[in-house]
Amino acid sequence: MHVGLEHYLTVSFLLFSLGLLGVILRRNLLVIYMSLELMLNSANLALVSFSRYNGKLDGQVLVFFIITVAAAEVAVGLALIVALYRKRQSAHVEDLTSMKL
Amino acid sequence: MPALPDILFYVFAALTLLCGVLVVANPLSRSPVTSAMFLVLTIISMSGLFVLLHAFFLGIVQIIVYAGAVMVLFLFVIMLLDLKEEARRKFKFFGIGAGLISFAAIVFIMLKSLKSAAPDANNPAGDGDTASLGKLLFTQYTLPFEVVSVLLLVAMVGVILLCKKKLE
Repeated sequence: MHVGLEHYLTVSFLLFSLGLLGVILRRNLLVIYMSLELMLNSANLALVSFSRYNGKLDGQVLVFFIITVAAAEVAVGLALIVALYRKRQSAHVEDLTSMKL
Repeated sequence: MPALPDILFYVFAALTLLCGVLVVANPLSRSPVTSAMFLVLTIISMSGLFVLLHAFFLGIVQIIVYAGAVMVLFLFVIMLLDLKEEARRKFKFFGIGAGLISFAAIVFIMLKSLKSAAPDANNPAGDGDTASLGKLLFTQYTLPFEVVSVLLLVAMVGVILLCKKKLE
């Protein structure tokens, strides 16, 4: 069967749902963060395939910006996790209950 | 006999999804280091998909930025925090149920919408080589490019502030 746009989109959807599953299922902050990266990457794949099959490069420029912003986001997020760990000695979401009523 | 790019698509897609599953729910190990390693494999096979989509520049950038810089940062933080204790905890039953239901719901909604939209774009056209991408980046998208550089600077300042020993 000839590979077209919908094949790439299906892969992207499955990857996005896998990232969501990881965010809900896992209890470690770092693994949750990795699942978020997975979701960002699946959006990148969808954008690149749209750009390829529409014959326009704007989607790829957008992916370029997304990669840059994701790198900045990872740096800030990991710094936050390290600061949190220093205060609470834990990177586990079940130990972070100070906003619970 | 299918063409070579089609075979390669199936190989890379299967690799991407398999490694993605192993990032999220590895049956053998619960440690964040294995998750990080499988995330590297996911990203590398995804850059193979990018190359199949003729996005050569982005495929290389994906490997350099994600598999290089971002994952080194992740592994560094994992090393910095001693996370041995996490491996023992069990998944909650509620978490598994909610996760699987939302997974199924999202896949169902997206595939249904894909079927009803029925994209007929089966003649690929765009070619993302470095020259044309750079030309577009430095003509039409100059302002966002500069703003992103400011964003990186702000992120750097923020990280330095957050990592100081004492937060005033």
